[in-house]
Amino acid sequence: MAARPKLHYPNGRGRMESVRWVLAAAGVEFDEEFLETKEQLHKLQDGNHLLFQQVPMVEIDGMKLVQTRSILHYIAEKHQLFGKDLKERTLIDMYVEGTLDLLELLIMHPFLKPDDQQKEVVNMAQKAIIRYFPVFEKILRGHGQNFLVGNQLSLADVILLQTILALEEKIPNILSAFPFLQEYTVKLSNFPTIKRFLEPGSKKKPPPDEIYVRTVYNIFMP
Amino acid sequence: MAKPVLYYFNSRGRMESIRWLLAAAGVEFEENLVKTQKDMKKLIKDGSLMFQQVPMVEIDGMKLVQTRAILNYIATKYNLYGKDVKERALIDMYSEGVADLNEIILHYPFLPPGDKDGSLTQIKEKSRNRYFPAFEKVLKSHGQDYLVGNRLSKADIHLTELLYHTEELDPSVLANFPLLKALKTRISNLPTVKKFLQPGSQRKPFEDEKFVEELKKSFG
Repeated sequence: MAARPKLHYPNGRGRMESVRWVLAAAGVEFDEEFLETKEQLHKLQDGNHLLFQQVPMVEIDGMKLVQTRSILHYIAEKHQLFGKDLKERTLIDMYVEGTLDLLELLIMHPFLKPDDQQKEVVNMAQKAIIRYFPVFEKILRGHGQNFLVGNQLSLADVILLQTILALEEKIPNILSAFPFLQEYTVKLSNFPTIKRFLEPGSKKKPPPDEIYVRTVYNIFMP
Repeated sequence: MAKPVLYYFNSRGRMESIRWLLAAAGVEFEENLVKTQKDMKKLIKDGSLMFQQVPMVEIDGMKLVQTRAILNYIATKYNLYGKDVKERALIDMYSEGVADLNEIILHYPFLPPGDKDGSLTQIKEKSRNRYFPAFEKVLKSHGQDYLVGNRLSKADIHLTELLYHTEELDPSVLANFPLLKALKTRISNLPTVKKFLQPGSQRKPFEDEKFVEELKKSFG
């Protein structure tokens, strides 16, 4: 029996949160080793555990995988979350990449200067409402199914749901003009493995706070 | 079969890795250059750009956007993506590392003059201390001609492109990386790549200050 995947990252969302989401959605139990100090990072680096000296890093199936997208793709493919053929995989890839561009704004937000943070929330909301949500609303309206691609759960659904919920934390009515996305969000949140991940006590991390930001600076700033 | 059509500005930017990969795979392609704001607005209005952005590639009846999605499709179609999921994971990791360094390089020509020195220092530091040692080590570990699975993959093409672009900014960067130098030579000698490296190919030129000036002027 394969050992459980082990995630190396600070105790917060950042770039590892998508990995936690996908593992959870796939029903895969995992362990976490939280980075808290610079010394711990150096230990990982000096021990040659990090290909490019960076985290996220996931120990899985005898590999030390780095680079968020590589990790997400590997898990998705292993657990049938990457479509049934090349065309479905390519659609999933496109949707995931677009969504990750939006998620990137959320990931960087806590590290902006306080004066810039409110402005950035407005920017995120605009990008979501003008560029990204209309695309997914149209797709869902077009096929009337509960998932973006191929009538089954894929990486694209997981990343989109993660992003929508994170945006809703900052802008509660962000889906108000998107009825199909609203219904999609409710249905997907009730998908058994996802429902479990959304309950208290799961490995889902809370919104980034000052302690998280300070920890990250302590670990990664030279 | 219709040739793929690439929609992008007349520059390297985010399309250059796609040009390299298609060329290496021996696939002829056409380019529909976005030369002015008007061109861009028309593409958006036509609904051709899923997220209102380029790169976009028309290929096999699809209008693909998002650089990585496009590259992954081409790599899969032309057998440049490994033989199984574990090889794909390695290829992905190496390609993502290349993309991270390339991200700094592709922005460099367009930075305000005051920011260029800092960026160049960062490029030199990251290539010499983080990325090139990692790839040199991979090649040393298995002693094979290619990064993954003893066979050409997108990782080799992306890395070779990166080596060329880094050398343009830092001519002596490969001095301490003999295996990377050898990989660069080997990949450059593949017939399709050799052809692409010759003058007159669809490879875009180095973006010097004059080039950037003219690009900005014509785009408006």
